[in-house]
Amino acid sequence: MNQIKDRQEEIIEEFSMLDGNMEMILNYIIELGEELSGFPDQERVDENIVKGCQSKVWLVASYANGRIQYKADSNAAITRGLVSLLVRVLNQSSPQDVIDAEVYFPKQIEMDRFIGTQRSNGFASMIKQMKMYAVVFLAKQKS
Amino acid sequence: MEVTAHEIDVQSLRKRFPILNQEVNGKPLIYFDNAASSQTVDTVVRSLIEFYEKDHANIHRGIHTLAERSTKKFEETRESVHLFINSPEADEIIFTKGTTESINLVAHSWGSINLKEGDEIILSQIEHHSNIVPWQLIAQKTGAKIKVIPINDRGELLIEAYEKLLSPQTKLVAFNYISNSLGTINPAKEIVALANEFDAVTLIDAAQASPHTKIDVQDLNCDFLAFSSHKMYGPTGVGILYGRRAMLEAIPPYQGGGEMIKDVSFDSTSYNDIPYKFEAGTPNIGEVIAFKSAIDFINELGHSVIESQENELLQYAMNKLSAIEGFIPIGTARSKAAVISFLVEGIHTYDLGQFLDAKGIAVRTGHHCTQPLMEHLGIDGTVRASFSVYNTKEEIDSFTNALRSIISKLR
Repeated sequence: MNQIKDRQEEIIEEFSMLDGNMEMILNYIIELGEELSGFPDQERVDENIVKGCQSKVWLVASYANGRIQYKADSNAAITRGLVSLLVRVLNQSSPQDVIDAEVYFPKQIEMDRFIGTQRSNGFASMIKQMKMYAVVFLAKQKS
Repeated sequence: MEVTAHEIDVQSLRKRFPILNQEVNGKPLIYFDNAASSQTVDTVVRSLIEFYEKDHANIHRGIHTLAERSTKKFEETRESVHLFINSPEADEIIFTKGTTESINLVAHSWGSINLKEGDEIILSQIEHHSNIVPWQLIAQKTGAKIKVIPINDRGELLIEAYEKLLSPQTKLVAFNYISNSLGTINPAKEIVALANEFDAVTLIDAAQASPHTKIDVQDLNCDFLAFSSHKMYGPTGVGILYGRRAMLEAIPPYQGGGEMIKDVSFDSTSYNDIPYKFEAGTPNIGEVIAFKSAIDFINELGHSVIESQENELLQYAMNKLSAIEGFIPIGTARSKAAVISFLVEGIHTYDLGQFLDAKGIAVRTGHHCTQPLMEHLGIDGTVRASFSVYNTKEEIDSFTNALRSIISKLR
């Protein structure tokens, strides 16, 4: 659980160094997205699209050794960067930790200021979908 | 007296729009979202303040001085709109809260007593949702069918195909004068004339046209015409519906309430005359009054000056943008308003919009409330830059430079 918190604190720290400069923030987000690697082409299908996002976001998750591995991608560069932040925060955590996680970094970095309300709603859909995967994995683990 | 285009001093014109003089994200604001809403001219803002500081009172039926004063000013705007669109009478001007409400009013009030199963409504492929959904709602209730005028690759309506759609079953033709997504200027007079051959009722959505083009409802010969104040340098919350007297008198009210009645008892109600029959409740009084200043502004400038200024900006921008590698214009009608919808190969429209905003440039991205059009074009949306009389070539230069730098970063 602390891991999720630590990673969020890291992100808040990184963004604070950008000094609220919108262009620098967007450039940084794009760079983060470029690091998001290895989304399998065969998973780029409609069933894996996160509903409620304005651009296309694909999300899949796998479960091994008690940890969730998320993979995500988007057809828009800024969205890909934003999605990479969520993957970074929640990846390799236990289902219970993901379910319990309070994702507070978007508010701290004032994300809606630079992505707008509509994209913020899409971001919320993304978090919800990631938590849904965790619920499913937890149920499977118990059964 | 009208001035010619080259005589306009854009810099002093811009001073009348104080909102333009600000920084957004540390850069001077460049406002290219005029097709969504134009900025408000200073005299409109002053009029709003004056109303709330001096004249505010509910209109009609008041005998005190403030009520008289606000009523008089409210009716002066009606008179002004009547002259602006050359309607035969001022009573044919109804105030609503926007173009959308104006269209809904007609769809509901006219449609509910004039449409039945087997009847047909003709719309065009390039309509805004506000000129599609109201007709779908009434079509569902009455069993009428919707037919759609197709477009060519330039985004122009195919008039021959439209002629084939027309038949004795056609009860209404509703279309936009200028497309908000593509800027296509439709041959409105011809479309109405063809509809009239089949005695079909016509409604023109003039939301995009009213700030740019001289509108003459008698020359157009349409039955209804709708537009909004906020796209004409005026306040939000004010829409206009023009309707022929005979049409307006023949159809039932849209909403019930105060103002629209003659006598009310629990057994029955008799309705007021037009236009009041359609103006239930307290309207946006201050905004309607202030709208007159926006009309005065357009009249003083003159439509021919506005048109030539905007055309010049359009041509200049198209030349600049066409030189950008991967620039794909969407909508290249031969008769076009100052709206440029476009894509850039390999880059998502939202990324472009977001990065432009970071550089202080306001454009619109998305489907522009024309999803059937976007589906027809096989795209999710576009970036749309729309110019107004206060925009400059320097702003277009900054815009194209910004676009180039964003593209080089995102490719």
